[in-house]
Amino acid sequence: MAQVFHRSINWVAKFSIIAILGLVGGLFSVLLNINRLDYVSGVGVARDQPVPFSHKHHVTGMGLDCRYCHTSVETSAFAGIPPVETCMTCHSLIWTEAPLLEPVRAAFRDDVPLQWTRVHDLPDFVYFKHNIHVSKGIGCTTCHGAVDQMPLMKKAETLNMEWCLSCHRNPAQFIRPRDRVFDVNWTPPADQELRGQQLVKDYNVRVSQLTDCSVCHL
Amino acid sequence: MSEAPKRQPYTAPAPVLGPGQTSYTSITEKISSIVLTPHTPWQWFAVVAVGLALMGMLQVAIVWLLYTGTGVWGLNVPVGWGFAIINFVWWIGIGHAGTLISAVLLLFRQKWRTSINRSAEGMTIFAVMCAGMFPILHTGRPWLAAYWLFPYPNSMGIWPQFRSPLIWDVFAVSTYLTVSLLFWLLGLVPDFATFRDRARNVVTQRIFGMLSMGWRGSAIHWERYEMASLMLAGLSTPLVLSVHSVVSFDFAVSIIPGWHTTIFPPYFVAGAIYAGFAMVLTLMIPLRGLYGLHDFITPRHLDNMGKVMLVAGLIVGYGYFMEQFIGWYSASVYENFMLQNRMFGPYGDSYWALLTCNIFVPQLLWFKRIRNNIYTLFGICMFINVGMWLERFIIVVGSLHRDYMPSSWDMYSGTMWDWMLYIGTIGLFLFLFFMFVRGWPLIAIHEIRTLLPVGNKKH
Repeated sequence: MAQVFHRSINWVAKFSIIAILGLVGGLFSVLLNINRLDYVSGVGVARDQPVPFSHKHHVTGMGLDCRYCHTSVETSAFAGIPPVETCMTCHSLIWTEAPLLEPVRAAFRDDVPLQWTRVHDLPDFVYFKHNIHVSKGIGCTTCHGAVDQMPLMKKAETLNMEWCLSCHRNPAQFIRPRDRVFDVNWTPPADQELRGQQLVKDYNVRVSQLTDCSVCHL
Repeated sequence: MSEAPKRQPYTAPAPVLGPGQTSYTSITEKISSIVLTPHTPWQWFAVVAVGLALMGMLQVAIVWLLYTGTGVWGLNVPVGWGFAIINFVWWIGIGHAGTLISAVLLLFRQKWRTSINRSAEGMTIFAVMCAGMFPILHTGRPWLAAYWLFPYPNSMGIWPQFRSPLIWDVFAVSTYLTVSLLFWLLGLVPDFATFRDRARNVVTQRIFGMLSMGWRGSAIHWERYEMASLMLAGLSTPLVLSVHSVVSFDFAVSIIPGWHTTIFPPYFVAGAIYAGFAMVLTLMIPLRGLYGLHDFITPRHLDNMGKVMLVAGLIVGYGYFMEQFIGWYSASVYENFMLQNRMFGPYGDSYWALLTCNIFVPQLLWFKRIRNNIYTLFGICMFINVGMWLERFIIVVGSLHRDYMPSSWDMYSGTMWDWMLYIGTIGLFLFLFFMFVRGWPLIAIHEIRTLLPVGNKKH
């Protein structure tokens, strides 16, 4: 009786063992990495906005403080998107004819707010509060990156839960003195770990409770 | 056998194989003729048609469940666990007989197991597949269940709760499925090779050629085969005990009266073996008639399985009795109330039905004439199949519906969708099992050959 398979099939049989392992490994790595890809998380992606607002120009160039526009960051969960009147405090006097700013003037004229596209958008089951982070010494740039260097707003971090937890499990590596929270030029000192631990103690950050489900998911 | 003459009158046990099977060729002929033939009995088509119809219903139930959410089920507060866990435990339990027959009886050198082990192992795998659907579907969003069930370094930076028996369940059941599947496929390899060599057309030859993975039947192949199968039997044996013990922890680790009992692990394992043997017989008795396997599955097999059921049933009965006794002996008002409520509460009739199905009726197995009559034996198995489902219903719903807080008491019943899902998995099970029967060797040819006098000389 003739052989059922040619002898070259032996090679296929052996290769298929490796191929199955590769397939399983490939699926596993997709599962691992899918949410960590910039394409999925949106890190470094500039969204379309009604007006190409430049944080770099306003913060680094003009020297505005974060709180000039994001007024409620210290007192409320929401940092606050400025009303168009805030823009018009200056832009009723300068660049009054600039075509780029026409949507701003239109919004002011018609009393219809600008429809900004949210860049840092957490899922609705996450109850993030700006005020508690700011008052416990977590600076703007720790989460939002070097906003003062961004001509167009982009996410600097994934905002994945593992990223939140990387700080909630050990805040000492990121915490800074309260008076430096809005300082865009702050960088961690060489002995951050030591200083951070002291600040965690001084500010009464109860690390053991920071990873309770209800801290963020109520 | 040496002490046998002292006990009068002694009759030798019936042979494992019937008188019709006398040579290697007749065995191989008989078993391969079921698969390697264009002829399919109409009864097969009938069962597969029923299976397919029920699977259609299963699909509708699943799609509607995923589209709408688990609200379509009858769950409420306080009965947060319903049909899903009842059916899960029922199916997992059924699987246990296959592992017991294939692993434990192999290690104990019970030769009669060889005619039924292949199909019982198949039953195990299909039952575990049906069981596995329920925990996955009860999440409501199975596509997210990956991180709820399996520990992997996910982008949330969190792990499942390792202190929860539910995650132990995931490991217990997935290990069980893996080991059972490997054991089954390993045992099939020599028989696939037989089919490959006997196949008359190229397609069949190629399919079985691939499945037999180059088996040539050389001495080295057989030596490795025997070693691998012993090792897998060794791995499977603790699984017979561990899987259903872990399943019982789902209940026993909690603090609900009626669940919080130390007897649960052994009593669940006995119940699993009980249910499993009942299901093996439920499948074997019709199959034996359909394919004329009377020489392979002889009265001795049915008799032995009847005895195993009787023993397992008595252990289960002991479990019921101990639950009642400890409930009374604990002098805890909650335990006492649970017992009262179980017997005379709103689900009391289910409890008495359960005792009838699982304890009273199977006592008929003490009688040899009843045990050896296929019709009565089949009837008793059906009682046990129903009884074991009722047992889980009583445990789950009977304990939850009246918990510590009377203000939250509520009644529970499965909705149409609950029933469609449950009956649908029975269709899936029937379909898978009959596809296996038609396409794969349903009796281990190479093992059963060793039961012949001619193959038995080496011992």
